[in-house]
Amino acid sequence: MIRHDYSRVDPKRRAYIDHKKRQFAKAEFAQQNYEHRLNFYTLPPTAEVTLEEFETWAINRLKVLSELEACSFRNRSQEETAEYMTSILNKYLPLRSNSSRGTNLQEERKRDHYSHFILRLAFSSTEELRRRFSHLETILFRLRFREDDPRERQDFVRTLDLEWEEVGEDEKRELRDQMLAAIGSKKGEEQDWFKVDWERVPELVSQRKVLLKRGMAYVPAREQTSLVVAEFTKRLDEQLELTARALPRLDEDDRLAPILAHLSQSFTAPEAAYSSSDANIDGLSAINAGAIDTLSQNFPLCMQNLHMTLRANSHLKHYGRLQYTLFLKGIGLSLEECIIFWRRSFKLMTDDKFHKEYKYNIRHSYGDVGGDANRRGRGYTPYSCQKILTEALPGPGQTHGCPYRTFTVENLTGLLQRVGVQDREVLQGVRDDVKKQRYHVACNRVFEHAHKKEIKKVKDEGSWSATDLDTIVHPNTYFKRSWLLKHLGEGNAGVVGGDRMEE
Amino acid sequence: MPHSVTPETASADEHPAIKPEQSTQDVAMDDAPSLGEAEDSAKVNLEELFDDDDSDGEFASSAPVKSEEEASQPAATFKISDKSQYSDPDVMRAFYQRLFPFRYFFQWLNHSAVPSTDFAHREFAFTLSNDVLQRYQSFPTADLLRKRCIADTPPRIDIGPIYSTNPRDRKTVRKASAFRPVSRELVFDIDMDAYDDIRTCCTGANICQKCWAFITMSIKVVDVALREDFGFKHVLWVYSGRRGAHAWVCDKRAREMDDSKRRAVYGYLEVLKGGDQGGKKVNVWRPLHPHLERSLNILKEHFQTTILAEQDPWAGENAAHLLNLIPDTKLREALQKKWDSSPGRPSASKWADIDSVAKSGALSKSSKELLEAKQDIVLEYTYPRLDADVGKKLNHLLKSPFVVHPATGRICVPIDPRNAEDFDPLSVPKVTELLVEIDTWKEEDVEKKIQDWEKTSLKPYIDYFRVFVAGLLKEEKEKEKGGVKRERGDNGEAMEF
Repeated sequence: MIRHDYSRVDPKRRAYIDHKKRQFAKAEFAQQNYEHRLNFYTLPPTAEVTLEEFETWAINRLKVLSELEACSFRNRSQEETAEYMTSILNKYLPLRSNSSRGTNLQEERKRDHYSHFILRLAFSSTEELRRRFSHLETILFRLRFREDDPRERQDFVRTLDLEWEEVGEDEKRELRDQMLAAIGSKKGEEQDWFKVDWERVPELVSQRKVLLKRGMAYVPAREQTSLVVAEFTKRLDEQLELTARALPRLDEDDRLAPILAHLSQSFTAPEAAYSSSDANIDGLSAINAGAIDTLSQNFPLCMQNLHMTLRANSHLKHYGRLQYTLFLKGIGLSLEECIIFWRRSFKLMTDDKFHKEYKYNIRHSYGDVGGDANRRGRGYTPYSCQKILTEALPGPGQTHGCPYRTFTVENLTGLLQRVGVQDREVLQGVRDDVKKQRYHVACNRVFEHAHKKEIKKVKDEGSWSATDLDTIVHPNTYFKRSWLLKHLGEGNAGVVGGDRMEE
Repeated sequence: MPHSVTPETASADEHPAIKPEQSTQDVAMDDAPSLGEAEDSAKVNLEELFDDDDSDGEFASSAPVKSEEEASQPAATFKISDKSQYSDPDVMRAFYQRLFPFRYFFQWLNHSAVPSTDFAHREFAFTLSNDVLQRYQSFPTADLLRKRCIADTPPRIDIGPIYSTNPRDRKTVRKASAFRPVSRELVFDIDMDAYDDIRTCCTGANICQKCWAFITMSIKVVDVALREDFGFKHVLWVYSGRRGAHAWVCDKRAREMDDSKRRAVYGYLEVLKGGDQGGKKVNVWRPLHPHLERSLNILKEHFQTTILAEQDPWAGENAAHLLNLIPDTKLREALQKKWDSSPGRPSASKWADIDSVAKSGALSKSSKELLEAKQDIVLEYTYPRLDADVGKKLNHLLKSPFVVHPATGRICVPIDPRNAEDFDPLSVPKVTELLVEIDTWKEEDVEKKIQDWEKTSLKPYIDYFRVFVAGLLKEEKEKEKGGVKRERGDNGEAMEF
């Protein structure tokens, strides 16, 4: 299958770690020659760089990676990501192909190489950072791999020495139809096939894009991207693990450590963080179970949908319950009131069943029971849009998730009309957003429509800053903002009364 | 032998059975021969290690003469009448003492006859009769597990993963990362819940033979995919006790898969996507993937019998959903008209109508498109609906085979996928029936000592399990040997040159 390290690198360029002599004696502080645009980053850099270069190169790469992360949060497709990233990559991390006749190919590749290794150092310290780093580097690698000049890509792949068993002629003839059906190709064009353990191509297996027979996957030659990328991730993960172990022994004065620490800090999750201050809404007194029905007018569509389903069926399935409970916790519903809310909502259920099968989960969400970590963290955090958008789609009978994503367009339109969105233009806008998988844009569009007057008012008055009206990426933010807008200048009935969207 | 059978259990369970005539003198015997007895039991234990066929005290035998000690215990086994008390501690105690196949159970999880960390680092979770869940229990040997079961009489036992360290020591490890799940069987859970929107015969927790057919279909489709496509050999199907089934894929290759590979298998098998509002649940491209082609062939006949004839899902008003799934507006309208005029039309006729009306000219799209839409409908109504959250993570708990379902009293017995159709969940023995069977059993062959489960209708299920476990152990052994041999072979060669 894969020949391992010992033979992969040309002996002259191998990084010797013979502490007696070679790594100090020879060729260590030399420039590497980068033949290919792509790099599997097997050899660490050995030449000297200035501290300034060290920092700027790393920061530039970091910018690229965080943009990639943002793309993956927004559920952009590969094509969209590629389109979006082109300008960013050109600015921060240009990397041209051999045929481009760029003058400083070597310099570009050197930066790519060095910055990768610097970030490796910065992001190997914790499991969480390692996982994110490897995830993002994989996306970056895939992006570049896809865009690479086909011939150069072939050359590069050849240097990797990935050994794949080729499917013989007899077998090919026998399985031809099945293999073609598996990859969804109708035409009978001839191509080469490889046979590998299915574990090596989990992506293809997961999407059912490959024929499986007795544990072997029959991969068409053109799917090698998947194989190469999987190999890249695998090796990077192993290397990161090693780096993490070597970190404490890093022979370092105090020049690099602060830079590295700073880098990894600025990489902290941009995930729309939920802070407990979101639960404290001025003017909204302690919520009780009975108030939810009224307040649900201010809920985002995902929660309104859950609420309506709950009212219609007097029941919700587990993930729906979890999503909704956490949201309610986020708007400030206390544990006691939350239990009352669910107890009343499950009208058809006996007390006994409720206490046995449901109460524990509610308490667990609030961190009232469960392991030490759960209790200390006071249960789970309310789900952000990103979390809701990336989890598995609901199955039969389940209602969790983001309706903009899980509903068909017709059903979504129906639902929006039921909650009072009649404006044709808005509905058309939502349809377009959803088609492009911009679910959060659709949701924000509905929000802006429903609070048109209030938003205009606060803008005119200048009472809300721009950040207060930033794109909503958390259901609890949606609620908070909606409630505040609808209760502007409380007591002034004229503002609040007339223009409720629900009527 | 730190964990050898203590004289206490040995004398209580084993000796009265082997030497029934002595049992009345047990008080007198107690002290004097205790050394000898202890040695005896140690010996037995040693033999056990070598997988001897003789009785090892794991199952209590018929015990025709009850020792005084046992007789003085509340003899619950004889007074079982109240059916609501399946998880009654006395019933449970008798069940674990006499029926639960600890030995094969141990071998199944240990993958060898010699106790190893595969068993010792495995998490068990007990649900006690007061609904308290005790997680992270672990046991070095089958005996200790058995003792604990008899003492605590848990109505439910779940099985978790094998951890990198003993689950009991999880709080003493230095770093949290030193305690992590390393392997576990690849598991699947098929539950009737998922079929609620297309099931017409029963609701809620009830089942009948008609709706069990959904589970049967699922077993057939998933089993063949696991074996032929993924190349797994040791797939154990288990009745979940009420209205579902679990699969345990026990191959070493499956056990060692990480979460991403588990997700890949689930992705491969998953066809139905989207909730109730998501519209069409089946979106597969053409030509059909060989797995789907094969599944469709298996499911076709079930569709005729189970869906059209028995479930009759489109009777009356319910036909609206069927109409929604037909892509051709013209055809849809024609059908709507036809069905509105005869409200009592059964699903089978409606299904046939699609083709006949289409032939009569009400089709604006190609017949290929209609065929594909019909295939999609067949899949939507028959394709397995797996509960994905059980199997995608290494550390999820799943109910153990052979425990008693507390509500039905039925044992979670294995299902033979080769004869999945013959399995009838309503005829699975209940714990109370089994205990009565032991007591009413008449000794036929005095020579041969017979274990309690062999006297009951649980026997065929345990026999099946035993064969399954033997097959698994054999392969593990061969693999180990093969590995060692190859290494030696390499060395040999190296030495020659």
